[in-house]
Amino acid sequence: MDEAPRAGTTGTAVAPADLAVELRHVHKRYTPRRSRRAPSQVVDALHDVSLSVARGEFVSIVGPSGCGKSTLLKVLSGLTPRTAGEVDFGGGTRLGTVFQQPLLLPWRTVTQNLLISHDINRRLAEHEARERAGAMLTMLGLGEFADRYPGELSGGMQQRVGIGRALMHDPEILLMDEPFGALDAMTRDQMGMDLLKIWERDRKTVLFVTHSIPESVLLSDRVVVMTPRPGRIADIIDVDLPRPRGLENINTPEFGAIVRRIRVLLNSENSAH
Amino acid sequence: MIRNEPAVAVVPQEPPPERVRRQVPGAVLSGGVLLLVLAAWQAVVRVFDVPEVLVPAPTEVLASLVAGLADGSLVEHSWVTLQEILVGFGIAVLAALLCAFLVTQSRVLDKALFPLIVMTQTIPKVAMAPLLVVWFGTELTSKVLTTALIAFFPLLINAILGLRSADPDQIDMLRSFGATRMDVLRRLQIPSALPHIFAGLDVAVVLSVTGAIVAEFVGATAGLGYVIQATNFTLDVSRTFAVLVILSAIGLALHAIVVVCNRKIVFWSAEHRTPTEQA
Repeated sequence: MDEAPRAGTTGTAVAPADLAVELRHVHKRYTPRRSRRAPSQVVDALHDVSLSVARGEFVSIVGPSGCGKSTLLKVLSGLTPRTAGEVDFGGGTRLGTVFQQPLLLPWRTVTQNLLISHDINRRLAEHEARERAGAMLTMLGLGEFADRYPGELSGGMQQRVGIGRALMHDPEILLMDEPFGALDAMTRDQMGMDLLKIWERDRKTVLFVTHSIPESVLLSDRVVVMTPRPGRIADIIDVDLPRPRGLENINTPEFGAIVRRIRVLLNSENSAH
Repeated sequence: MIRNEPAVAVVPQEPPPERVRRQVPGAVLSGGVLLLVLAAWQAVVRVFDVPEVLVPAPTEVLASLVAGLADGSLVEHSWVTLQEILVGFGIAVLAALLCAFLVTQSRVLDKALFPLIVMTQTIPKVAMAPLLVVWFGTELTSKVLTTALIAFFPLLINAILGLRSADPDQIDMLRSFGATRMDVLRRLQIPSALPHIFAGLDVAVVLSVTGAIVAEFVGATAGLGYVIQATNFTLDVSRTFAVLVILSAIGLALHAIVVVCNRKIVFWSAEHRTPTEQA
């Protein structure tokens, strides 16, 4: 456990049956259209990234901005095509994405926003989808806001709806791209705890991008530490803190030790480049 | 389940504040200023005994307006001009929305047409009016086309901007749920375009009035523009002013219709947004 795996390896080996997703030697290079004359503009957002995530695992990805952590999620969700490498979804390809901004449509009520994936895919009957949306709102503590418009909700409430929207079509993997990055510290802590409760309830595989090291340690089973230029995995840290966890975990020495270890890792990588 | 946890007290249980905002008495203020100006105007005309053929007093304008409406002549001419405005405006709206749709949906059309659109923007559309009268005669057609031409461009530019204004992150969000291009257009790009389109409509509707009057100046046998020219010729300045009053009433009414539709349709736009609490 203390023997850190070398960069580019997958960390813990995952048995194929339990595999949620595996990335093998994934590269992503951005080549701006006009950059043929200025090759310096070519950006290696992801360099030889390999990672296995088990079903039901909560994995965080931390790193400074520009380290490719958001690109990693976009490659997984198919929003950005990868340049090289393989992505293998062992546990099904139904993904739910939560973005940094809630990205609710202001002309739709909260319920209608939850139903957006239903409107696009029509996998359920209308009344089933509506029931699901109602149950989702109750779970998120937003029951009485069903027919309100996003503009009437606070930032934290809007992001709850954003999470609910991603959960509506029952995804196998939840991709979260700094979902609490736009919230203030108190709301952020609360949302983290709420997310853990949702996760402990139905154990979805979660890939959680954040730039907050404590947040990643508090929530995750494993923390993937990434460094920029080129964006690659520096190390994968196991978080063997007992669950269920709460905000009080933050003050324990074990917690502090893991946080320090990640911080040292990031600092050494930064000074090395 | 989470609701049962006391920690989730972040969610406020009280209803949000009233949607209704206290009306700033702007209308009262500007109405008062208008009355003051009219009173001053009346006083100046009376005190300095300005001849009616130069500047008529507001009361003389009012008298001429009432007389013109009573004998039906102004009503008839107003109806002619209003028809030109509405038909021309309608054509402009349909054409501009169609063109904006084509330009934003096809890269080829965008590259081929957009520079031409910008180029034609530099031609003063008013200067086209005489040509249109030569081509289509002094009847309704030339007026409608001049009106449509003048109203078309601001609407087109706004509609193109609007259809391109969708937040790229929102597009990503929809695509992450497997949205097709049609889904994105229907569920995001068109609603996002509406505030811009209404801004364009507001400009275009006022320009439509100008368009119709200009076209009537060039060659007409009826309409408010025709009346302005005729009364100018006979030095019936009170009637000219009366026509101006009618024209501004038409412009105001059309503008008000656009504003009301905007408020009804684009109910989510910034001015109506009232967040209940800060996050």
